[in-house]
Amino acid sequence: MSARSLLAFLAVLAVIGLLAFGLLNKGATKIALGDPVPDKVLPALPGPGHGSIAKYRGKWVLVNLWASWCVPCRQEAPVLQRFYERNRHHDTTVLGINVQDNEDDARAFLREHPTGYPQLRSVGDERSAAFGSTGVPENFLVEPDGDLALIWRGPVDDQFLRERVAPLIEGG
Amino acid sequence: MKKVMCALIAASVLAAPAAAAPAPQTTVNAIEAEVMCPICGTLLELAESPQAKREKVFVAKLVAEGKSKSEVKDALVAQYGPSVLALPKASGFDLSAYLVPILALAIAVPALLFSVMRWRRSGRANEPSAQDAEAGAPQGEDAERLEADLSRYDL
Repeated sequence: MSARSLLAFLAVLAVIGLLAFGLLNKGATKIALGDPVPDKVLPALPGPGHGSIAKYRGKWVLVNLWASWCVPCRQEAPVLQRFYERNRHHDTTVLGINVQDNEDDARAFLREHPTGYPQLRSVGDERSAAFGSTGVPENFLVEPDGDLALIWRGPVDDQFLRERVAPLIEGG
Repeated sequence: MKKVMCALIAASVLAAPAAAAPAPQTTVNAIEAEVMCPICGTLLELAESPQAKREKVFVAKLVAEGKSKSEVKDALVAQYGPSVLALPKASGFDLSAYLVPILALAIAVPALLFSVMRWRRSGRANEPSAQDAEAGAPQGEDAERLEADLSRYDL
């Protein structure tokens, strides 16, 4: 094989390698039931202070990813508030994480839909990417030990919380 | 005197709002053509999703506040993350977007230089030498005929 052929072969090999690496890396983050919940210390909304899911270790946590521009999130907020009020004394909380949003809009949303449960804010899609999120809202039930007990990629309503979430908490 | 005072007061009152509102340093269109709607995956100027609409409002507000283009972009990054700039990440596979052009340049420049040097060398080797020119010159009868032609045309 001449030097020129060898160079051409190596160049083709490099391109194929790059494409393969790209395909392997393009796969979005995947989380599964039983996995530890993706967690990070985030600024509290509306602030001040910071928070994380780990802060609620020992409790069931219903993590809700939301954005102010998302219409189903508006309908879901009072549902989650009711769930929180019903369960807050039973080692259960709801934790909202605002994603893909700007802070002013997120604050305005919370003024319009006040929630008693804690709220955190993630810049851009950093947290939604960590949850392998495909949109908002999405909900994740976290066991007291920090593992994922339920992944729900969509809005929840009272019936869903009663039939799918409550039994897990009561059974746990 | 009173008239002058009134005119001065009126002028200052009218000028106040203009002074309060800073002159825009950039335009909404200029920003929207250069940043992304991260959720839609398209340029903001082409996006019509609810998130894009809120982002456009955010941009318009900053432009009206007199922020420069780079200040608006910085604020967008702070709110929506670096993906709003449509620049590849400097990690993982996206890093290749920065490395490949550098590598290509590092290979192409020496290759081009090498080719030019080789081409020049081969060009010089093919140039006819003085001996070659002499060897190729007409001899005898041909030379005489050439001389006759040249003198006839007085060249």
